[in-house]
Amino acid sequence: MTSALASVKAAWRNPRGRIGAILLLVVSVAAIVGPWMLPDPLAQPDILGGSLPPGPGHPFGTDQLSRDVLSRVVSGARISLSVALLAVGLSATIGAAVGMVSGYWGGLVDAGLMRIVDGALAIPRLFILLLVLAVWEQVPLPALIFLIGATGWFATSRLVRAEVLRLREEGYVRAAEAMGARRRHVLFRHLLPNTMGPLLVAATLGVGDVILLEAGLSFLGLGVQPPTPSWGSMVLDSREVLVSAPWAGIFPGLAIVLTVLSANLFGDALRDAVDPRSI
Amino acid sequence: MSRVLEIEDLRISFPAARDTRVYPVDGVSFGLERGETLALVGESGCGKSLTSLALLQLVPSPGRIEPGSRITLGNDDVLALKGEALRRIRGRRIGMIFQDPMTSLNPVFTVGDQIVEGILAHFKMPRGKARERALHLLQEVGIPDPGERLQAYPHQLSGGMRQRVMIAIALAAEPEILVADEPTTALDVTVQAQILEVLDRLRTSRGMAVLLITHDLGIVAGRADRVAVMYAGQIIEETSTARLFANPSHPYTQGLFASVPRITGPLKRLTPIGGSVPAPSAWPSGCRFRPRCPKAFDKSELEPPLLPVEPDHRMRCWLAENG
Repeated sequence: MTSALASVKAAWRNPRGRIGAILLLVVSVAAIVGPWMLPDPLAQPDILGGSLPPGPGHPFGTDQLSRDVLSRVVSGARISLSVALLAVGLSATIGAAVGMVSGYWGGLVDAGLMRIVDGALAIPRLFILLLVLAVWEQVPLPALIFLIGATGWFATSRLVRAEVLRLREEGYVRAAEAMGARRRHVLFRHLLPNTMGPLLVAATLGVGDVILLEAGLSFLGLGVQPPTPSWGSMVLDSREVLVSAPWAGIFPGLAIVLTVLSANLFGDALRDAVDPRSI
Repeated sequence: MSRVLEIEDLRISFPAARDTRVYPVDGVSFGLERGETLALVGESGCGKSLTSLALLQLVPSPGRIEPGSRITLGNDDVLALKGEALRRIRGRRIGMIFQDPMTSLNPVFTVGDQIVEGILAHFKMPRGKARERALHLLQEVGIPDPGERLQAYPHQLSGGMRQRVMIAIALAAEPEILVADEPTTALDVTVQAQILEVLDRLRTSRGMAVLLITHDLGIVAGRADRVAVMYAGQIIEETSTARLFANPSHPYTQGLFASVPRITGPLKRLTPIGGSVPAPSAWPSGCRFRPRCPKAFDKSELEPPLLPVEPDHRMRCWLAENG
């Protein structure tokens, strides 16, 4: 774990990484505490007023159903970030497990698992998701999280496998085997902690991907279902009023850009910290 | 004396070009008595490290130990063991020290943690008690201030200290046999002597048998009871240390002695052995040392068995027949 912690510290020393981390932190804090301090995102205070431009009372304006855009963006952050964290957590876990088993056992197990991964990587993720999500009329949120997570681990497993293959040849792994360490012990004490750095990078960069993916799916009507606010579905809803009330679409759009950008900035800085050679 | 370990006709093969296999270890046999030190000496590539790895079934894939090889540890047939039974042998009955103490310790855990893991892999006891034992082990291998060193990370220790820690880990489960694969090669000469001192002391105090693998004849003198010289996957000369130094008989062994500078005696130009050990795929028929041997004769084209030179002294050379 020490190596992962050291990487985070090194990424923090990098100015770009620090900007990314601070922005991510701001978005996260807003997502956690914001909804308590802002009006109900479903309330329609001035139903007759239509969409109001940004101004006092409604800093981001109101949308076509006269709901407060700011509180919807903040509630959307809650949804987007929790979908992203849970899905990335799931895919990192599956990816690490598959990669470790594949790399450590080798042989037929490795060959079998890696051919499955090859096959899965050959099909675009969005395509698989569209295919499966089309089954539901109203996609339940847990199913959405599970599916995004279950389709995101292929590249991660490759990464972890490569790292395990390298580490397996390390003297201390051989020494641990020679002193009679249990297999479980070698995997969790010697291999897993040392793959944490690359895994953390993959996960951080994965957060940006998943936020975009969820926004895209929601935009296509296959993601988070109304009335639950999500950035993607807000952009979708705002299409009809894009000229008369652009703020209804611009602010959720900006939120997407800002969050993805900060996740990628931080992820890049982490990658530089973990492996200074790669550009 | 009682035999603790018996190796008979050990052969290890690796796949080579066009579905053939090469045999970097080809018919090695030796035994180890309780409390003795046997040195396995040879140039790099002669198969001595592979032999030691085979004792714990740690031969790296795609290598394999050929059927017909036998390794007997006490009453157990080591090569028949699998899974949990094999794990209980590793560390518990045969402990191992590797050449490079720099890479044999995991950089992210403290020294104490790593010794404790070695203890807990074989004994059921509370962690606190295991830590106490770890402290004693560090004391035993001669680390000053062991209480403090327990909390140290490997990078905070010198090479010699790290090798001492490796020895402590290898001893954690109180093995009957300690295999030391080039334990001092990566260390300074002064530290080398200290480490060998520690090994010797532990062998006496614990009654362990030590298999010392080295390419350095200087280490063998005074440390080992018996010596087996390996060349090209075979043992080519085997005897007690005293006899080997008094009467090195195989032309290869004589070549090894001639290439080591001597401090006493008249100044002589060193004579290296010409050429180098051929790769396992290019071993000649007959005597394997034949192409490099200054004393090769007609009969060298036939493969020699281990022949007696004098009582308790055998070599794989037809010259033994002439006395």
